[in-house]
Amino acid sequence: MEKNYYVCTGCGLLCDDIEVESEKNIVNKVYTACRVGVAHMKEAKGEANFRVDNKPVDEATAIREAASILKNAKNPLIFGLGTSTDETQKLAIELARKTSATLDDTSSFCLGPLVEALIQDKVKTCTLDDVRNKADVIIFWGADPSDSHPRHLSKYSYFPRGSEKQRGWEEERTAIAIDIRKSHTAKICGNYFFQIPPEGDTEFIDALIAALSGKLPKTSYNYPPKKILELANILKGAKFGVIFAGLGLIYSLENLEPVFRLMKALNEKANFHLIPMVGHYNMRGFNENLFAETGYVNSVKFENGMVKHGPEYSVVESLKAKTVDAALIIGSDPLSSLPRSVSKNLLEIPVISMDPCETLTSKHAKVYINTAISGVESGGSATRMDGTKVNFKPVIETAHLSDEAILKKIMEAL
Amino acid sequence: MTNAMELYQMLPKTNCKKCGKTSCMAFAVALMARELTPEDCPPLKEESKYKESYEKICEIFKPSEGATETGLIVHEDLCFGCGNCVVACPPNVANDPYGVGSGNAPRNVHKLVLTIEDGIVKAQNLGECRRFGKNKILCNGCIVTCPVEAIEFV
Repeated sequence: MEKNYYVCTGCGLLCDDIEVESEKNIVNKVYTACRVGVAHMKEAKGEANFRVDNKPVDEATAIREAASILKNAKNPLIFGLGTSTDETQKLAIELARKTSATLDDTSSFCLGPLVEALIQDKVKTCTLDDVRNKADVIIFWGADPSDSHPRHLSKYSYFPRGSEKQRGWEEERTAIAIDIRKSHTAKICGNYFFQIPPEGDTEFIDALIAALSGKLPKTSYNYPPKKILELANILKGAKFGVIFAGLGLIYSLENLEPVFRLMKALNEKANFHLIPMVGHYNMRGFNENLFAETGYVNSVKFENGMVKHGPEYSVVESLKAKTVDAALIIGSDPLSSLPRSVSKNLLEIPVISMDPCETLTSKHAKVYINTAISGVESGGSATRMDGTKVNFKPVIETAHLSDEAILKKIMEAL
Repeated sequence: MTNAMELYQMLPKTNCKKCGKTSCMAFAVALMARELTPEDCPPLKEESKYKESYEKICEIFKPSEGATETGLIVHEDLCFGCGNCVVACPPNVANDPYGVGSGNAPRNVHKLVLTIEDGIVKAQNLGECRRFGKNKILCNGCIVTCPVEAIEFV
């Protein structure tokens, strides 16, 4: 019997083998998904909700108000979109073009540069299915998938048997964790856990490159050279190696040059690939969609049909410099996630918040539109952390409008 | 956890054979293996002079009452449904190589020992578990792969 599988949009892994039991549009049981996914699937709630100035209004009023905020703004900020479908993201790019907006997503302060390097083919990458089928050495660098993407190790990277790895993880795979603390993933890696001090990544990379070419690895924090040499030996013997780069690695580097250096050195001796540990389910999709439209992955400003790009157009810098005079936040909660010194400037400008959940941002927004949870209440397509396109359909029906439908209505109202 | 010798010390040590075993030591070993329960020793249960020992032994075996036949306990408050144990479990892989063995959704639920339901691991079909039955071995595939020690054997 062919089973009906759904895609979970709880994280960047986009697991496509989830079974759901639902009745009267309420999700009762979820099989195979992790706890994150189950919580995400069961998040769906009652009626649609529109608010202006924290007072409930009807749909038309909320859309009209949102459109007038965008119309009156000289330089609105459109931010979020990491948890929106490709279709929504393309609409948002069009809307940004129309309203001469500053457009950015969370990747400007997380994995954006790395995804950009992958899109531009600067680093060798592969898909997660390749990892399952072929990978023999797996490195989790500054990442803890056990907590951030719970099924990462069991579905792709370590435990499953693949077409060329049929004898399983004990015999054929080596998982290595490089981190500043003993994370849950590091616990699974056992003896192959390399604990480095915070911001010690660059030095560790250089020491590792030295060890790869047979030199004595030295670090200012006196990491045992024997351990680094041992690691270098494992890496040299890799037939299909993968580095999963997490935020821990990216945040400790000033730029990505050391990563490129390491990948080059590794590929001289062995065969190594790199996959970013994207958190939001479609952050990579946003980067790719924007790149296809403008040639940049994030932090852009549309002006008279031209596109400007630079760190000054990122969400953090534009809020800091107070260059934006309104904000449309889609599926994100900057008041909670950004530092207060930056996010407090959001309180001074009119904010439109489109989110399936009540957040700190939505509570302080001038206009709040409750949207459908994409992947649960509305369908679409998205890009997985490894760049694979995944299409998904809604699990249940809902009275909520998807963010795509709302953006369309706002654009009509404009 | 106690050992067979400690249990033996608490038994009547009369080798009365009423439990069906040849000696009290054999009974202690059977207790440890969970083949028998403290109630299977009539003198221990009935005679008042062993009352204290009987209660003590019952206390020792109490925490495992919630456990399954193989002594597997899932701490539901710790488990977050990563599925490492499901994919690593040897009988699971043998019975469903292209489903859970390859990291996918189960295709043959009726023969799987571990599955994930509502984000928490569920144990079932324990007849398939390698720790079950006469030829059991001390397999620990699901324990070593758990990042949060949510699975325990008692």
